[in-house]
Amino acid sequence: MKIPHPLLGLRDASEFVYLGDASMLQRPDPTAPTAPEKFHEYLHVRTNPAGTHRELWFHEYGDRSWLIVTRNTVTHDILNAELVTATGVRDAG
Amino acid sequence: MRVEGGLIDRARPLNFTFNGKGYTGYHGDTLASALLANGVRLVGRSFKYHRPRGIFSAGSEEPNALVQIGEGAWQEPNTKTTTVPLFDGLTASSQNHLGSLENDLMAFNDRLSRFLTAGFYYKTFMWPRSFWERFYEPLIRRAAGLGALSGADDPSRYERGHLHCDVLVVGGGPTGLSAAREAAALGARVILADEDSLFGGRLNSERENVEGQAGYQWARQTTSTLASAENVRLMPRTTVFGAYDHGVYGALEVLTDDPKIGTEMPRQIYWRINARRVILCSGATERSIAFANNDRPGIMLAGGARTYANRFAVLPGRRVAILGADNEAAQTAEDLKAAGAEIVATLTSAAESTVADTQGRRCLSAIKLADGRKVECDTLAVCGGWNPNIQLTSHHRSKPVWNDEIDGFVPGEDLPPGMIVAGAARGVFDSQDCLADGAAAAALSLSDIAQNAPVEAQRPRPSVKPVQIKTPAALAGSGRAWVDLQNDVTAKDLFQAQAEGFKSVEHMKRYTTLGMATDQGRTSNSLALRVLGQAYGVSPGDLGTTLARPPYNPVAIGAFAGPSRGQHCRPTRRTPSHAFAEGAVATFVETGAWLRAQWYAQDGETHWRQSVDREVNATRNGVGICDVTTLGKIEVTGADAAAFLDFVYANTMSTLKIGRTRYGLMLREDGFVMDDGTCARLADEHYVVTTTTANAVSVFRHLEFVRQCLRPHFDVHLISSTEQWAQFAVAGPRSRDLLQRLVNTDLSNEAFPFMACGPVDVLGVPGRLFRISFSGELAYEIAVPTRYGNALFAKLLELGADLDATPYGTEALGVMRIEKGHAAGNELNGTTTALNLGLGRMVSSKKDCIGSVLSKRPEMVREDGLRLVGFIPTDRERQLTAGAHFLEPGAQATMENDLGWMSSVAYSPTLGQSIGLGFLMAGTDRLGERLTAWDELRGTTQEVEVTSPHFVDPDGTRLKS
Repeated sequence: MKIPHPLLGLRDASEFVYLGDASMLQRPDPTAPTAPEKFHEYLHVRTNPAGTHRELWFHEYGDRSWLIVTRNTVTHDILNAELVTATGVRDAG
Repeated sequence: MRVEGGLIDRARPLNFTFNGKGYTGYHGDTLASALLANGVRLVGRSFKYHRPRGIFSAGSEEPNALVQIGEGAWQEPNTKTTTVPLFDGLTASSQNHLGSLENDLMAFNDRLSRFLTAGFYYKTFMWPRSFWERFYEPLIRRAAGLGALSGADDPSRYERGHLHCDVLVVGGGPTGLSAAREAAALGARVILADEDSLFGGRLNSERENVEGQAGYQWARQTTSTLASAENVRLMPRTTVFGAYDHGVYGALEVLTDDPKIGTEMPRQIYWRINARRVILCSGATERSIAFANNDRPGIMLAGGARTYANRFAVLPGRRVAILGADNEAAQTAEDLKAAGAEIVATLTSAAESTVADTQGRRCLSAIKLADGRKVECDTLAVCGGWNPNIQLTSHHRSKPVWNDEIDGFVPGEDLPPGMIVAGAARGVFDSQDCLADGAAAAALSLSDIAQNAPVEAQRPRPSVKPVQIKTPAALAGSGRAWVDLQNDVTAKDLFQAQAEGFKSVEHMKRYTTLGMATDQGRTSNSLALRVLGQAYGVSPGDLGTTLARPPYNPVAIGAFAGPSRGQHCRPTRRTPSHAFAEGAVATFVETGAWLRAQWYAQDGETHWRQSVDREVNATRNGVGICDVTTLGKIEVTGADAAAFLDFVYANTMSTLKIGRTRYGLMLREDGFVMDDGTCARLADEHYVVTTTTANAVSVFRHLEFVRQCLRPHFDVHLISSTEQWAQFAVAGPRSRDLLQRLVNTDLSNEAFPFMACGPVDVLGVPGRLFRISFSGELAYEIAVPTRYGNALFAKLLELGADLDATPYGTEALGVMRIEKGHAAGNELNGTTTALNLGLGRMVSSKKDCIGSVLSKRPEMVREDGLRLVGFIPTDRERQLTAGAHFLEPGAQATMENDLGWMSSVAYSPTLGQSIGLGFLMAGTDRLGERLTAWDELRGTTQEVEVTSPHFVDPDGTRLKS
C-alpha cells in the first residue's frame, strides 16, 4: 500500500504505523457526569465499515506526523490523506 | 530422443545426473527436455497413490515432474523440471518414494485407492480419539508432502529490490513483446518480465511465421531490439506472482540454481515492482482430458509435445497417438511427424472412437479405444483446449466471466487498477491478433497515463477455431480418470464430493484438495469444471470458478526474507560503551534491538552469579558504573511544555522546580500503567523525560499523538534524544567522590541534593548530571554527547581505580532494583494499575490527564486488590521462582484460590538469600503472613513469607546521604 503524504508525496505504507479510527481525535469531556461511559465508548466502541473509513496513521519512519487517511476498506483505495494538525482538531479536554 | 533443429546450442554440451546416473544435454535445454532427450520418462511418484509419473507439460503449469535439485544444504525440493534451465553439473533426484523410483514400496497405496478417496482424512481418523496424537498424526506427517528439506541452513543468497516503471508487461510472448515494443517506442519506461529464460512464449514452440519471418526469429530480433533500448528492462526467469495494492507487483527472479556459482550472485531476487500501468500478457495454459488411467508417463499435453519437438529438438516418443481438439491435433501430428515420430492414431471430433483406457506398467505402452481396439504407442498427446492465464486479474477479487466463444473463463470487471489484459490471456489466440492486441494495449495504457482521451484502438475479438472433443472420455472408461495429477484427485472424487453436498466449487476444492497443490490447479481446475458440467448437463460458466490468490507460483520463504535473516533480521543497536565492554569481555544480552553488557566476568569467575554478586557488592560498598543509554530520552520544550507533561503524566510536573527531577508515571487512556521514568526540568520551558528501554518508541509515538491529535493548540515540541546522549549510572557510596574528580560542580548534599539535575562541564565537554537512583544507593546519572560515551566510561573507571570502581551489567542492575523494590518490565506489563504498584497516590485527582477517568473504575481501585509486595522463602536455602502463584497454605491450586503471582526474583548478595517481588491480593495488609508459592511449570511448591518490597534501605537514607 502507498499513502499520499500531504507534505512528502507518495510513501510506502511500511513507513507508517496504524492506530485506528479517527474518532480517537474526539476525546470526551472528563468533567461530564457521564464521563466513564463516554470514555468507554471512546476507547472501545468502533464501527467496522466495509467501505470508507477515516483512520489515523503515524509516519514513524518519516516526519513523525499523524495523518488522517480516508481509505476504502474493501478496495484499499485511498481517497484522502491530511495532516491532523491541518484539520483544526478541537480540543475536547 | 534428440532430433535435428531446435533452439539449443549443440556446441555447448552439459553434463548432469538424475538419481545418480550421468546424462548429457545442451545449453538451451530445460532439465525436462534433457531428460526426455535421454529417454528418461519416469521421473517421480504421485502424492497419494504413488503412481509412476512422467513429464506432463513444458512449462510452469507442470503438475508431475517435480524433483529435488542439488544436494545437502543447497538442495531445493519440488522443483519443476520444466522450468530449470540445464547447467553443467546439475544433480537432480526424484521424490516421494520408498526404495527406488522404479520399485516404490509405497505404491501399495494405489491398491488402497478405494479407501483413500475425497474426505478420507475426515472419515478415517476420527476414532478412537486418543489415536490422533500417538498414531495417526505421526503416520500422516511421515507420508505427507513430496520433497524434503535438508534441515540445514540454506547457504544461498537471496536479495530484495524495488523497481519503478510506467508500464509493466507481464509475459514475453508475442503479445508481451509487441506491447513492450509499442510502449517503449512511445517513450515509456518499460519492464518486461517472463518466467521463461527465453522471450517469445509459444513462438518458440510453434512452427509459424510472424511479420514475415519464423516466429522464434521474430521473438529473438524483437528481444534484442528491446534489450538495446535504454527505457526497457528485460527480466527473463522472472515470475510476476502477485498484484498488490496501489500498483505494487511482487516478482521473483531466479538467477541460478548452480552451486558452483555459490553466493557470488543471489540465487533469487524478490522484486517489488511499482508500476503505473500493467499489461497482462500471461498467455494461456492447455488443459488435459479426463479418461481412465490418463496419468501414465508418456501422456502429455499436446502443446508441450510440440514445444519439445520444435524448441528443444526432442521427440517425447516414437509411436505417438493424439487425442483432442481438431486444429491442435492436426498441428501436433504435423510437427511430431516432421520431427520423425510415427503417428499411430489421431483422435479428433471426426474420429470414430476415443480413448477409454491406457496400459503400461511404468510408462504408457498402449491405449484402448472405446470401440475395443487397442493401439500400441509410447506417447499420447492430449489437447483439451486452452485456458487464459487470468490468475493475476483476480488478486483484487475480480470475478472471471465465462466466454462461450473460447470455451473458457476470461478476465471480468474491476481488474486491479491500471491493469489491461491482452492476447491469449483474454482469449485472443491468433499470433497476428496477439501482436495487434499487445500494441493496442500499450497505446491505451500510455494515453491513460497522459490522461488523454482514450485512443481509438482497434482491439481484436477473442476467438478460437472450434474446439471439440467428441466424448467426455472420463465417463466412458471404468477406471480412475485423473483430474488433478499433483494432488491425485480423480473424477470419481469430484462426483463423490457432489454427492456428499460439497457442490459449490469453493467447497469442492477444499473437500477434494483439487487445485490446492503447488501447481495451484493450472492444468486441472478448468478440467474439473468440464467433467462436472458434462455430468450434470450445465455449462462450466454456471458452476463458476475459484478465485486465484497470490502467489501465482510458489515463492521460497528465503526470497521474501532476502538478506534479513539471522543476525541481519534487524539492525543491532550498540551502546556507546560497547567497545569498552567488548574489551572487558562482557557477556552481552539483547534487550529489544539493543545489545547490552549483561555482566563483566573477571578471571577466575566460572559462573555468572559470581560476576553478578561481585558487581552488586562492589556497587553497594563502593561505586559501580552502568551504561543506561538505552532508556528512551525525549526533550520536551515550549511555552506549554509543563501543561503538556501534566496531561501525559498521572502526577504533576508543572510544579517541578528548575534543576530538579521527579519520578513520573504514565497511564494509558484505559487507566492502566503505560510506562514510568524520570522527568527533569532543565529550564522553564525545557524538560527531558526518560522512558523504559522497551517502550522508548511507543511512548514517543504516544506523546506525538497527544501533541498533534489531542493538544494541537499547545506550544510544545518533542525531540527524541535517546541516541544523542550517552548516559551512565554512577552508583554507590563512593559515587560522589568519583564524580567530584571529573566535574567542578559542587556535588555536596546542600548544593546538589537528591533529585537535583543540571548542566555540567565534563572535561571540557558540555554534559548533564542527574542525581537519581535505580539501585537505591547514593547515585548519579551522567550524560555526554554520544561520541564521548566510550571515552567517558573508561575515564570513570580510570579515575575511580583506587575507589575500586566497577562496571556492572544489566543483571546486577536487575538484582539491585529488586532489592530496592522498584517496578520494571515484569511489573509494568500492561495489566497493572498505579494502585497495584503501590503508586496510587501518584495519580493526581486535581487535574485531567490521560487515563484519569478510567483509572477510577471500581475494579481498578479495589481496596483488597493486588498490591506489589516482597517475598522471601521460609527455607532460606531455597530459590524462589518467578511465575509461581500464591495460595493460602493447604489450599487447592484453583483459579478461585489464586491470590496473585511472583513477578520478579533474584538472589540478593546483600541479604544472602533469594528474594522476590510479586502481586498479592490485599498484599500490604498481609506482611509477615506465610503462603504457598505454587509453580506448576517447574513442578515446585514452597512456603514463602510476605515482606515489604523494599529489602534494602527502606527509609531511603542511603540515596540521600
